[in-house]
Amino acid sequence: MLTKRIIPCLDIKDGRVVKGVSFTGLKDAGDPVELARRYNEQSADELVFLDITASHENRKLTLDLSARLARELFIPFTIGGGISTLDDIHRIVTAGADKISINTAAIQNPDLISQGAKRFGSQCIVVAMDVKREGDHWGVYTHGGRKPAGLNAETWAKEVQERGAGEILLTSMDQDGQKTGFDLEITSRISGALSIPVIASGGGGTLEHFHQALTIGKADAVLAASVFHYGTYTVSQVKEYLRERGVPVR
Amino acid sequence: MPTAIIDYNVGNLGNLKNALDAQNIPNTIVRRPEELRGYARIILPGVGAFAPAVDHLRQAELEAAVLERVGAGVPFLGVCVGMQLLFDQSEEDGLHRGLGLVPGRVVRFSHGLKIPHIGWNAVAFRQEDPLLAGIADGSHFYFVHSYHGVLADPACLLGETHYGIPFPAIVRRGNVWGVQFHPEKSQNPGLRLLKNFSEIQG
Repeated sequence: MLTKRIIPCLDIKDGRVVKGVSFTGLKDAGDPVELARRYNEQSADELVFLDITASHENRKLTLDLSARLARELFIPFTIGGGISTLDDIHRIVTAGADKISINTAAIQNPDLISQGAKRFGSQCIVVAMDVKREGDHWGVYTHGGRKPAGLNAETWAKEVQERGAGEILLTSMDQDGQKTGFDLEITSRISGALSIPVIASGGGGTLEHFHQALTIGKADAVLAASVFHYGTYTVSQVKEYLRERGVPVR
Repeated sequence: MPTAIIDYNVGNLGNLKNALDAQNIPNTIVRRPEELRGYARIILPGVGAFAPAVDHLRQAELEAAVLERVGAGVPFLGVCVGMQLLFDQSEEDGLHRGLGLVPGRVVRFSHGLKIPHIGWNAVAFRQEDPLLAGIADGSHFYFVHSYHGVLADPACLLGETHYGIPFPAIVRRGNVWGVQFHPEKSQNPGLRLLKNFSEIQG
């Protein structure tokens, strides 16, 4: 039986892991490969690295990082952040990443999804969507959730699938960082309407939240950052909780 | 003698090479048909769609070289789309002829479940085999695919996975093996499978 995936996400700046600290900005949180190894030992199913490097030059460090990860880690990993062309995708994939994640660039240039899927295969293209509830529907946002894209989340998700994306990484901006649970309603709506897998993100605080995202939310995988970073739970603890409740996990 | 990994411009071979390098298994990426002769084992990787993969293989004139080496008894392993190429034909985007090394065809998942089949799934072993030595029956491997093989000869089935329906995850016919999952992305069981392959003598 296909297992549900638990995916820790790490923010990378200038080749190092960073953690957000309230009101004081970012704090260095160590070597990405070290942290990746630790998550791997906890049987993380995949890893996502989000490059928040500001300068173009320092993105090269992310390529070096991909190559190091690929030499040491034999589970799939995704690199996102700052990818806007087929050449960007090519560089990252050649450096060893299994998938790339695009968000703002996919909205600004939806052909990037189609062309990326055609050239690198659907399995390589993850489209990240940041969504916010707007009354009875959900809007899509770009630039880290700051700018409304003027798109309906469910309509955009269908277009993303039609254009050949392999997976959708769905983040609720309302729930992100709140630790009050995933947005089960939009996750279940999008996951139920699509034939490609949906990764739920934003809001995981308790073990039950993970369970809900995978059952009520119908998500195929769950991504989380802070609960794992700050050691609230290990990936193994999440999996144990799910296993006890009959959710298939590795 | 080292293992050859065939590069025919289909996807990134670096991760397969990484998985062999990490275990000190000598290997070389090979692009030219005449070079294949110097290797004790051959791995055929592949991602993406069947038709461009098989076209690339033929354009690079690698098909005849592969068939000649397999005929000479060299252990051969197809991975993911590289496994699908072993079959007689595929129904992906029209009907396309494969290498005909494993009797059967490749079809799309036609149930209501999500496609692609992405993630870790268990493989039930159906026969003992040197490729599976030291790997627990039911181990999880990482899959990414929308099409799967259908064997015409059940004797070729080494490992089976369930995704709505049972499908062959590991096949063997003589000195030809195929795995639908990505051993290079399947952590310990995958690494062990590649190590086992590297110890098979032709």
